[in-house]
Amino acid sequence: MKAYLSRRYHFSASHRLHSEAYDEAQNREVFGKCNNPHGHGHNYTVQVTFSGSVDPVTGMVCNLADLDAFAQTNLIERFDRTNLNLLDCFANRVSTTENLSVEIHRIFAGFSAAYLERVHIEETSNNSFDNVGGRASAPGIL
Amino acid sequence: MIFLTRKAEFSSAHFYWVEEWTEEENQRVFGKCANRNGHGHNYTVEVTVAGEVDPVSGFVVDLKQLKDILEHEVIRVYDHRHLNLEVPEFRVSVPTTENIAIAIWRRLHKKIPSAKLHRVRVYEMPDLFADFYGEQA
Repeated sequence: MKAYLSRRYHFSASHRLHSEAYDEAQNREVFGKCNNPHGHGHNYTVQVTFSGSVDPVTGMVCNLADLDAFAQTNLIERFDRTNLNLLDCFANRVSTTENLSVEIHRIFAGFSAAYLERVHIEETSNNSFDNVGGRASAPGIL
Repeated sequence: MIFLTRKAEFSSAHFYWVEEWTEEENQRVFGKCANRNGHGHNYTVEVTVAGEVDPVSGFVVDLKQLKDILEHEVIRVYDHRHLNLEVPEFRVSVPTTENIAIAIWRRLHKKIPSAKLHRVRVYEMPDLFADFYGEQA
């Protein structure tokens, strides 16, 4: 019996959208106020969705305590109260939420107890991004 | 195809426990949720139905009817109840969010006229929810 479990995590970080491939004027033009040299920050919400068979005994897709512990170590401790631009994963990539979703998808794909269906990130209450990995979701699902 | 979603809330008590296991096994797997005195949540259920818009009424489904079915089949049975002790399906299965979504699907399946049940989403809290798309999904 297949079901989907979604869990939301929160962290706060600063960043600046800036590309070495552009000159100063181009950076300002492309990234606007997000290019402010001093950076700015967001309260990010990361929603991860896993699928799997519901274990007939425990009633679970995966053990939530294990998922929370994984997220604490691999998401919260890594990103919370950081400057994203200084992290290794953004050394050669702009710290957009699209790129953040690629990294966070890579991280949660390493949680082996269930299948990672989707990473959804809310940068602000008006901006959100979804990453389903290398495939498209079945129509109508999620 | 249009998808229409109706929300409802219920507040219930539950705990996680497998009778066949020892107390230690239950504690190890379920942690604080295995406290047999129970604890509770304000649950939100979202029921999504799929269908075509009726050319005359403009409805996929009559919302009042959907609300009444949800109230009669689910809310009346679950709200202000202890799920383990008072709701029959959880005498034989652990009332996890996943199992609650499956149980609500089974309670609503085939009860909704003119539209197809597409998804049952159950929020145990704003940061945790489970989705069920049917036995075949």
